[in-house]
Amino acid sequence: MENGVKHRMILIISICKEKLHELEFVKPIEDILKNNNAKFATKHYSKISKADLQRADKIIICGTSLKDFEYCSSWTELNKFLWIRDFEKPIFGICGGMQAVVKVFDGEIWASGKNIDNRVEIGLTSIKFEREFLGVNGNIWGYSLHKLGVRKIRKNFEVAATSNKGIQAIKHKTKQIYAVLFHPEVRNKEIVEKFIKLS
Amino acid sequence: MKLGVLFSGGKDSTFATFLAKEYGHDVSCLISIISQNKESFMFHTPNIEKTKVQAESMNIPLIVKKTEGKKEIELKDLKSAILEAKKKYKIEGIVTGAVESVYQSSRVQKICNELNLECFNPLWQKPQFELLEDLIKKKFEVIVAGVFAYPLDGKWLGRKIDKNFINEMRILNEKYKISPAGEGGEFETFVLNAPGLFKKKLRIKDKEILGEKNSWRMELSIE
Repeated sequence: MENGVKHRMILIISICKEKLHELEFVKPIEDILKNNNAKFATKHYSKISKADLQRADKIIICGTSLKDFEYCSSWTELNKFLWIRDFEKPIFGICGGMQAVVKVFDGEIWASGKNIDNRVEIGLTSIKFEREFLGVNGNIWGYSLHKLGVRKIRKNFEVAATSNKGIQAIKHKTKQIYAVLFHPEVRNKEIVEKFIKLS
Repeated sequence: MKLGVLFSGGKDSTFATFLAKEYGHDVSCLISIISQNKESFMFHTPNIEKTKVQAESMNIPLIVKKTEGKKEIELKDLKSAILEAKKKYKIEGIVTGAVESVYQSSRVQKICNELNLECFNPLWQKPQFELLEDLIKKKFEVIVAGVFAYPLDGKWLGRKIDKNFINEMRILNEKYKISPAGEGGEFETFVLNAPGLFKKKLRIKDKEILGEKNSWRMELSIE
């Protein structure tokens, strides 16, 4: 028990093609959960079963490297995230995890085109939250590492934050689905902590 | 995947090399940048010239690039060294020992992006005491080669990273906010042995100690 909220099992999902990248994009999330005495299990997106989803109280979908697009390389891969539509408990997508959330709800990401390099954000980025989002509001500095940005979200989502290059955080209007393009595990760990304490 | 490691000879880049190999990658070369600027945020490391001996012990080719260490020029020099590694050893990605520094890490990420290379940071955000404990578990022999913050002084030079070191760091961390893995530039290290990576343990032939007050470094002669 922590802050009156009982932690059950949180499922951490890796989207990394390379196992070595999990030390960089998944382990920091696991460390935050450990520090908060949260029980968790980690699985790759390609190996998620119905039983995993049933056992999970919440789900965090982690990010991956700048050059890793395998998780969104085709609809065959993206179909492995379709369970997101029907999952009724809290979900938090980070970077590539946000892109997966956007895609399965028929949103659009900036995937190609001659101006794609203009969308790249690497390093500390000024992010403006227009509304309260997992305990943050107003201006923050977040660590960005992405090439693909969010181009369009559907009406069932609202934009919570932007940077000068586009959408940085979104929330589903009726479900507890949250997603950020920056990496809160680097400079904004309290956002992850707030998510794991959601009741 | 064929990878090049940005290698300073200290604990972080050596441990990152170890992890890249442990995860099944081919470490095709090491890349060392020797900066003339002792204040460089990117590359300043005592004994950087001794990476040659460490690379020989690992039987991994080494690319050495000298830089004046001026802010933007040193990044151009780093990019040209990485490009050389890409052409010469056909590397597909770079590995760094970055733990906390967004400044260093984001600059390397940008260069890798420009050169269409993967970038691996296997120690990224790793809890610093856990990093020190992992070095001990893996039987790395790491010594302090430079100290640059109060209350560290010349007496710390040559100290091994062992359980006693960690215990003292816990006290210094609590009392003086010294970052336990030296992430704030409080100290620099040199690796004498890394089982599974080094073919033989390196031996200190001679050493020269330079410094005053809370800024000391130990230049090593290694064999």
